[in-house]
Amino acid sequence: MKPFTTVKGIVVPFPRANIDTDAMLPKNYLKKLEKFGYGDFLFDDERYLTPGDVDIDPSTRKKNPSFILNQTPYTHAEIVVAGANFGCGSSREHAVWALRDFGIRAIIAPSFGDIFWQNCFNNGLLPITLSDTEVKQILAIESRSVQSLQLTIDLEAQTVSSGEQVWPFHIDANKKAALLAGLDSIGETLREKDAILQFEQQRRQQRPWLFQSGD
Amino acid sequence: MAGATLYDKLWHEHLVTTLDDGTSLLYIDRQLLHEITSPQAFDGLRQFGRKPWRLDANLAVPDHAVPTRFREHGLIGIEDAIARKQVKTLADNCAEFGVELFDLTDARQGIVHVIGPEQGLTLPGMTIVCGDSHTSTHGALATLAMGIGTSEVEHVLATQTLRTQKLKNMRVTFDGKLPPGIGAKDLILALIEKIGTAGGRGYAIEYAGDVVRSLSVEARMTLCNMTIEAGARAGLVAFDEVTAAYVRGRPRAPRGEALAQAEDYWQTLHSDSDATFDTEIHIDVANLAPQVTWGTSPEMVIGVDGQIPSLANARDADTSSMQRALNYMGLAAGQPLLGLAIDKVFIGSCTNARIEDLRAVADLVEGERVAANVQQAIIVPGSGLVKAQAEAEGLAAIFIAAGFEWRDSGCSMCLGMNDDKLGEFERCAATSNRNFEGRQGKGGRTHLMSPIMAAAAAIHGHITDVRELLK
Ligand code: SF4
Repeated sequence: MKPFTTVKGIVVPFPRANIDTDAMLPKNYLKKLEKFGYGDFLFDDERYLTPGDVDIDPSTRKKNPSFILNQTPYTHAEIVVAGANFGCGSSREHAVWALRDFGIRAIIAPSFGDIFWQNCFNNGLLPITLSDTEVKQILAIESRSVQSLQLTIDLEAQTVSSGEQVWPFHIDANKKAALLAGLDSIGETLREKDAILQFEQQRRQQRPWLFQSGD
Repeated sequence: MAGATLYDKLWHEHLVTTLDDGTSLLYIDRQLLHEITSPQAFDGLRQFGRKPWRLDANLAVPDHAVPTRFREHGLIGIEDAIARKQVKTLADNCAEFGVELFDLTDARQGIVHVIGPEQGLTLPGMTIVCGDSHTSTHGALATLAMGIGTSEVEHVLATQTLRTQKLKNMRVTFDGKLPPGIGAKDLILALIEKIGTAGGRGYAIEYAGDVVRSLSVEARMTLCNMTIEAGARAGLVAFDEVTAAYVRGRPRAPRGEALAQAEDYWQTLHSDSDATFDTEIHIDVANLAPQVTWGTSPEMVIGVDGQIPSLANARDADTSSMQRALNYMGLAAGQPLLGLAIDKVFIGSCTNARIEDLRAVADLVEGERVAANVQQAIIVPGSGLVKAQAEAEGLAAIFIAAGFEWRDSGCSMCLGMNDDKLGEFERCAATSNRNFEGRQGKGGRTHLMSPIMAAAAAIHGHITDVRELLK
């Protein structure tokens, strides 16, 4: 996993609340067997005017010119600033893979869907929770800026900034450390192998019916 | 010391260790796998040369992308080559790693959240995970059940644990007496209306009170199923005699001595009387009307006899989201839903495709006909066994005589990954759980409701107050 340290990138605004993972990556693409290659399908229903599927080359499809991700400079966006409850709904990690493959590194919102939030960390994306007011401040700057807004996110310092303006954010120490190092969580957990084995052994004795196999 | 909540008990029962950095490792008793969220996890194992930690804790089933016709043909019955490959990949991965699979032609195949409890793979006091947000369903049996992402699926396969944080406790008590025609689907939609789709974020929600105690386990599953639509990862109902009766005799449930021992433990699976909750919600059900969604989020819901709110009353004063939803749905603020013509009817999904749901629908549609303006009305049983039982009880014959299509089990039009889907602007009365834009097909318009409400809509060809038909 790519370590996350500092990102300076273009902001794409999605001010609506409750943007669900179905919208980020529609079901057609859940048929893919891979973990990569979803970037062209991010927000597919809104992004294209002609239908798509796993076996349709996206470059042959007609894009919706009024959709923000089809407009420069947002085609190079690295930071999403969104309304509340971003990523609610389906657990599909494919939605995070689509954001990642598009080039998104971080998402700023007042709140996130629980499973989506966890999925972000497992793919090196940083979900940043700022207050509703702070998110509105950023969106207001974005809408006034002529070119587009660039934000700097410094994970080490736990700050989002634009010029003089700085918004500090909170993140759990463990999550921060894992992102900074790009750690493999399975490898980390397997360091506790003995503790898991011991727990399992005890459980096997205490709750034997959970360990009967088949009928 | 204050007593423990059911969630607290389940948490402590499964807590392996809390690491220095504050992450907790929770032991997972059961993982359910399906074709959509597992291939990348198996790939990950292969890539690192890892093996599943404990094979007998896992069970796999294809359900999301499978067609609901031509089941008898097995794999070759799947016309979509890409979906066929995905179902085959699941079978190949299970064979390679040694995971038990209920394959396409297995009589026990079905929607993952229907077959877990049905088989006794879901037992009280367990932790259960699945790469699917509606895993919350299994909480109806006093289990801690949570949806997870694919990276976590791989993590659980490899370590039998989940890295996670403890949730907060919320208790939702339904007070009063359930009026006729009102059931679990209406209760959960009413809750979502009250607290919003983000209202349960960070919580485990325990459903309590006499109304919940009076519900069957299947109805409790409907409640817990849509807990994720209220923003919470886990829903719970305490163990009681209703749960015990449901579990006894299931194929994978313990028997004899082991059952007696298990039941001794299961009796402790309730919140202590002096337990405190971070949040308490009360909902009075005495005057509850059948609930129907009008918008593109499950919180956009009203009683069937009500009207869509005015823009001035938009939730969180978010008029632009509301306007967008109304445009998408082809509706206007202030409009009633009664009498709104529908094009399709979908009775199915992990929310409402168990035998009791189908019995209730059959009671209502017996001797009736699906209205002429309804292009398609499909009933998709939750599992192969539900299908067989419905046929044995004569329910299927009633559905077919009434003009419904009677299908094989799977997720079907709940998410439209197979060819059961809505076309643009098609309006659907659906018993599933999500009314998001495009959920049932690009441009499709979903109205979520209970099975008997969907049945009533099928017969009348428009949204109807089912209470009128019960008089
Ligand atoms: S029936 Fe619908 S909600 Fe349930 S598991 Fe299948 S796709 Fe998900």
